Amino acid sequence: MGYNCVVCIKQVPDTKRITGEAMQEDGTVNRAALPAIFNPEDLNALEEALAIRDEHGGTVTAIAMGLPAACEVLRDALCRGADRAILITDRRAAASDTLATSYILSCAIGKLEADIVLCGRQAIDGDTAQVGPQLAEKLSVPVITYLEKLDALDGETITVERNVGNGFEIVRAKLPVLVTVMDTANTPRPPAARRIMKFKKARSRAEIEKVAQDLLMGDYEDYTAELQAGEVEKHCAQLEEKGLLIEQWDLDYLEADLQWCGRGGSPTKVHRIQSVVLKGGEYKEYAPDDSGVNELVASLIKDHTIG
Amino acid sequence: MIEVNRQGEVWVFAEAEGGKLSDVPLELLSKGRELADELAVSLGAVLLGGEKIASLTGDLIARGADKVYVVSDAKLDHYQTAPYSHVICNLIEARKPQIVMYGATPIGRDLAPTVASAAKCGLTADCTDLQIGDHKPPGSDTVHKNLLFQIRPAFGGNIIATIVNYDRWPQMATVREGVMVMPEADESRTGEIVDCEAGLDDVELPLEIIESVRREKKVNLKSARIIVSGGAGVGSKDNFKLIGELARCLGAEVGGSRAAVDLGYVAHDHQVGQTGTTVRPALYIACGISGAVQHCAGMQEAGKILAINTDPDAPIFQAAHMGIVGDMNIVIPKLIKAIRGGASVAQGAAGQGLNHG
Repeated sequence: MGYNCVVCIKQVPDTKRITGEAMQEDGTVNRAALPAIFNPEDLNALEEALAIRDEHGGTVTAIAMGLPAACEVLRDALCRGADRAILITDRRAAASDTLATSYILSCAIGKLEADIVLCGRQAIDGDTAQVGPQLAEKLSVPVITYLEKLDALDGETITVERNVGNGFEIVRAKLPVLVTVMDTANTPRPPAARRIMKFKKARSRAEIEKVAQDLLMGDYEDYTAELQAGEVEKHCAQLEEKGLLIEQWDLDYLEADLQWCGRGGSPTKVHRIQSVVLKGGEYKEYAPDDSGVNELVASLIKDHTIG
Repeated sequence: MIEVNRQGEVWVFAEAEGGKLSDVPLELLSKGRELADELAVSLGAVLLGGEKIASLTGDLIARGADKVYVVSDAKLDHYQTAPYSHVICNLIEARKPQIVMYGATPIGRDLAPTVASAAKCGLTADCTDLQIGDHKPPGSDTVHKNLLFQIRPAFGGNIIATIVNYDRWPQMATVREGVMVMPEADESRTGEIVDCEAGLDDVELPLEIIESVRREKKVNLKSARIIVSGGAGVGSKDNFKLIGELARCLGAEVGGSRAAVDLGYVAHDHQVGQTGTTVRPALYIACGISGAVQHCAGMQEAGKILAINTDPDAPIFQAAHMGIVGDMNIVIPKLIKAIRGGASVAQGAAGQGLNHG
């Protein structure tokens, strides 16, 4: 039998490539100066879902919450093998913390009849690892964090090896479950060339609207709002027919209770952001030769740091 | 979610595994003591486990807890998310603490978000400091006094964010291992032991634990007196052996930067920095490490930092107390030779000949 897998993916700034240019004078990060990437451990979650489908059948649905730009990672997920891609985007979801994010995601997954929900262990922009467990709590399904190996799926239960830091555990739970996947679980497959050719053209409604908007901004004669709306509809219908429309859900569609969404639904607030100031102290340089090294070692022995 | 409650206690989740308290809750008691004293409230430790768990209360009191809430039940013998979060949520509802802290361990990072979701309260992950302070929301005239400032690195450690929650309590945080100093045990301290009902009779355990294997930690960076670390600049796994040789001759632990771990030069257990272990050795030797913020923030509390790097402009030299601009492949063998020379080198340096040994 097959399993319906839902993978939560996030587009994140590539924090490993932060350079001086990406840091602003007030110590905040200029997100625009950083490349946006597929959160690395979400790729492992996607791979785990694709492997389940390859072996047992079923479907893989990728969902991403964010700005329409997050379609980039949804397209990538389609190219790697996902069957369906859904963008959750809504201005009222902006500034959601992990609690609000997990609530919104739970509303979306509630519409999908998932057997297995997969999340990367954590995202590299916040490194919080909170959305997975919180999402499971909201969905009232068991959470299995830190999946390192999927041992078995037998139709009703899942058996998983999880990494608990100083060892491992093998646990079994009834489906449906939510798992969070470690980077050590697998090696994500690359996008398939044939799928790239097809899905590079996949778009969400928001992206099509943006293109139409840009056309309108240009000096396109006779281009009215009405005409634009008509163009958008036509284009969306064409993409849908070809299976290239990235579905787009907003909070109304999710029937989300707005008090738990966005800034208002987020109990954590930022008090202050500071740049990291490293404490410098007295500094002495030693020459990279025998005499420099000996002098250094002698001083360390003298003050009983070593020896 | 509970209401803002100024008389609420400060709590530490006393993570215990295999009948033994983990280091982090003990470390958290020192910070908890400080916060509770500042707020003039009690410090509580919340201890969950199987039958034998009550034997651990003494240590929690000796290290600063005023009260220990003990919840003992066979269903809590081995950690799993659902029963633990169920018990803690009930305790929070009943006793309304204002602050709850957890270690940012695999268990704490699994439990705390589940509790936060069920209690609909805020949670800040991986804090490196906690303080009490006042917050005025932008565009508001209200000042919220004596909130928990939850201080954590963000964006790969390039910024430090201070997070507060003022309307939905308790204020919860997970705290990184090693960033708080473990308090000395004071056996003369007294405290109250409060036995609590688990209330798990109707709760089914969602996970069947088939096998559970714990390995003793082979690497102990946290309590190492000397650490020799290598970074991407080491250049290869083969070159990294030199780091090990220098460590051996100093009786030191081997560390690595995230880059070195990512490149496969050294295992993740050895990683020093915000995403690895926070260390405070007497001497930290950084070889071929450029000095990314996320790395330096995890070792800047070292008594002395020696940097060896070919690039004189590497940021590591700004964090260092001593530096050698040069190739570690040449410098480390010289260091080893000098250290093995030991006392004679010290004498030589004290005398006239620096080239001795």
